[in-house]
Amino acid sequence: MADMLSKKELNINVEYLTRVEGHGNVVINVKDGKLEKCHLEVIEAPRFFEAMVRGRSIFEVQHITSRICGICSVGHCTASVKAVEDAIQYKISEQTKLLRKLLLHLEILDSHILHAYFLVAPDALGVKSVVPLIKTHKDVVLRALRMKKQYSDMCDILAGRHTHPISICPRGWTKLPSRKDLEKMKEIFLSQVEDLKATVDIFKTVKLPIFERATEYVALTHPNEYALYEGDLTSSDTKELVKPRDYKKIIHEYHVAHSTAKHSKNARSSYMVGALARININFDKLNNEAKGVADALGFKVPCYNPYMNTVAQVIEVAHCTYDSLRIIDGFLSKGMDYNDVVTSWPTEKELTNFKVNAGTGAGLVEVPRGVLAHEYTVDDKGIVRNANCVIPTNQNLANVDLDMQKLVPEFIDKSKEEITLLAEMLVRAYDPCISCSAHVLDVRFV
Amino acid sequence: MSDKKKVRIAFFDFADCEGCQLQLTYLNLNFLGLLEHCEIVNFREAMSEASDEYDLVFVEGSIMRPHDEERVKKIRSIAKILVAYGACACTGGVNGLRRRFTDDEAKEIVYKDRPWTIEAGWPRPVHEVVKVDYYIHGCPTNNDETVKAVKSILLGKGYTPPDYSVCIECKFKENVCLFEKGQVCMGPVTRAGCGAWCTSSLNTCYGCRGLLSNPAEEGHMEILAKHGYTIDTLKQKFDLYNMCRLEAEKNG
Repeated sequence: MADMLSKKELNINVEYLTRVEGHGNVVINVKDGKLEKCHLEVIEAPRFFEAMVRGRSIFEVQHITSRICGICSVGHCTASVKAVEDAIQYKISEQTKLLRKLLLHLEILDSHILHAYFLVAPDALGVKSVVPLIKTHKDVVLRALRMKKQYSDMCDILAGRHTHPISICPRGWTKLPSRKDLEKMKEIFLSQVEDLKATVDIFKTVKLPIFERATEYVALTHPNEYALYEGDLTSSDTKELVKPRDYKKIIHEYHVAHSTAKHSKNARSSYMVGALARININFDKLNNEAKGVADALGFKVPCYNPYMNTVAQVIEVAHCTYDSLRIIDGFLSKGMDYNDVVTSWPTEKELTNFKVNAGTGAGLVEVPRGVLAHEYTVDDKGIVRNANCVIPTNQNLANVDLDMQKLVPEFIDKSKEEITLLAEMLVRAYDPCISCSAHVLDVRFV
Repeated sequence: MSDKKKVRIAFFDFADCEGCQLQLTYLNLNFLGLLEHCEIVNFREAMSEASDEYDLVFVEGSIMRPHDEERVKKIRSIAKILVAYGACACTGGVNGLRRRFTDDEAKEIVYKDRPWTIEAGWPRPVHEVVKVDYYIHGCPTNNDETVKAVKSILLGKGYTPPDYSVCIECKFKENVCLFEKGQVCMGPVTRAGCGAWCTSSLNTCYGCRGLLSNPAEEGHMEILAKHGYTIDTLKQKFDLYNMCRLEAEKNG
């Protein structure tokens, strides 16, 4: 940052950055040829979820934490029920695990398509939002809406709805999909083959900025599968395998003097989580369809261009689609155990002398934007006494800032408008979810 | 409609999860049909364009800080019609749970020993700050109701949400009562309009659409007593979504 820049003064302040989830500002300040300020600021009101869940029952905590974020509600529910089950030492059935994996796929699919089409594509096509594209690229808009609607319909079938899913509870599932439901889902996935192909074709033509900064990548990893629902936490730098409960061995949250936001680091001063991190770490575990898409898009690991996160998301769309089909086919061929259901709360009977194992547990899940951790301490009455949630967007904040601090000097000869757009596109590439992040972030006024 | 000026619609979000805005992206073709009659001039989550001229405003989220209060007051002064959209805006939603703690307690829980001074704010439903013309309840909102309400508002007829209980809709769905399955449900005292969304997926009602204007509290107590539940079970269920209203009633 100390190098003299060719441009002496530059002041960029994008308030209420658009087409991201939540409220954030981009601030870039060059004074006397020196980059003085260059970061993403979060301006969303903090909501205090850790306080909100304190004193609440483990049987409603996923209902509450789901409300951290509408887009990531399946992810929060999943991390939450896993943390509760880990705390009270409850083992779920294989069927419940598969249902959760399927639901998580649907959220990743929905979120990635929303991000790629509505939030990233407008920049690539030189417009301000998806709205003008309705006139110029109607088929593209209709495809995005159609795919999103289909994912949402499938979430409705599987969990009652997508935003704040209903059937996913601690201990299991409240209402199982019928055979007809499963056949319907299979039919929808199979009908998407053309749309998937067209999506890949679009990203063959989209020109993303050429910019690289090697960093550390952090994600879950699993010996037998592309880790999303479960696995050990790992880092591309240290390669260590860390059990979910020990997540703090890799995720070191810290405070910095120039900002009141909570940042994370491990081996270096920042790391990245999300689709690009997952693929950089677990490329070999992707299914063949996803590897085919990576090939078609000329994507190779390791990839150090953060703008390529969107391409990594498109690759994951293929992975999740075909893995969902695999899970559904498994249910269809083996049949489901319709007795394997739970009530969302303990029943009247169970409540007599109700007791659980008191303890602390963690649930780690790969959600669209990266690894999410929920950790709860639960007493023997099943009441949450303490909670901690580590959000992917927060983990990425330090990395976004460092990218931006390399990006601005590299492109300093461009116009202010071009630099602003590049910075905005960089932030959008991370697909930040500021609703999520604001549950712990401080507020900083510009 | 064609020679009339299009209605200018704006969406603004405050402290919430933005899940209710997200519902709108699932409207699919209905959403495009709506655009023929109105123009969306502000929708930060999906658009970079923005305008300060609008007729119909949807406010999502709870109002927390003085800074948010000013912003919503400005929006109110421009808007011809203001709709509180979703539970956080209509009732305070789960944000109300924060009211169980003082500012200092909440900061201590979340930020522990951090010395930073942060502005915590106090979660309020929109009507505690500015006048609200119409309410679209729910956590999340239900698109069937949203489409119905928006059409009705655009036709100048306004919109009144149902003031009967979720049980009515649940009965229409022919669901077995959850109390019969040993579950505690908020359905008997909660405003309908969701189509018994949660109970149809065999979860209980959590009361996200708020209490009825005149809930049969005694009847609900009777059901609870019959199934051997205590007032504490009920209290905890009540305040999940109704903290702000319960406090307002307590304070007269």
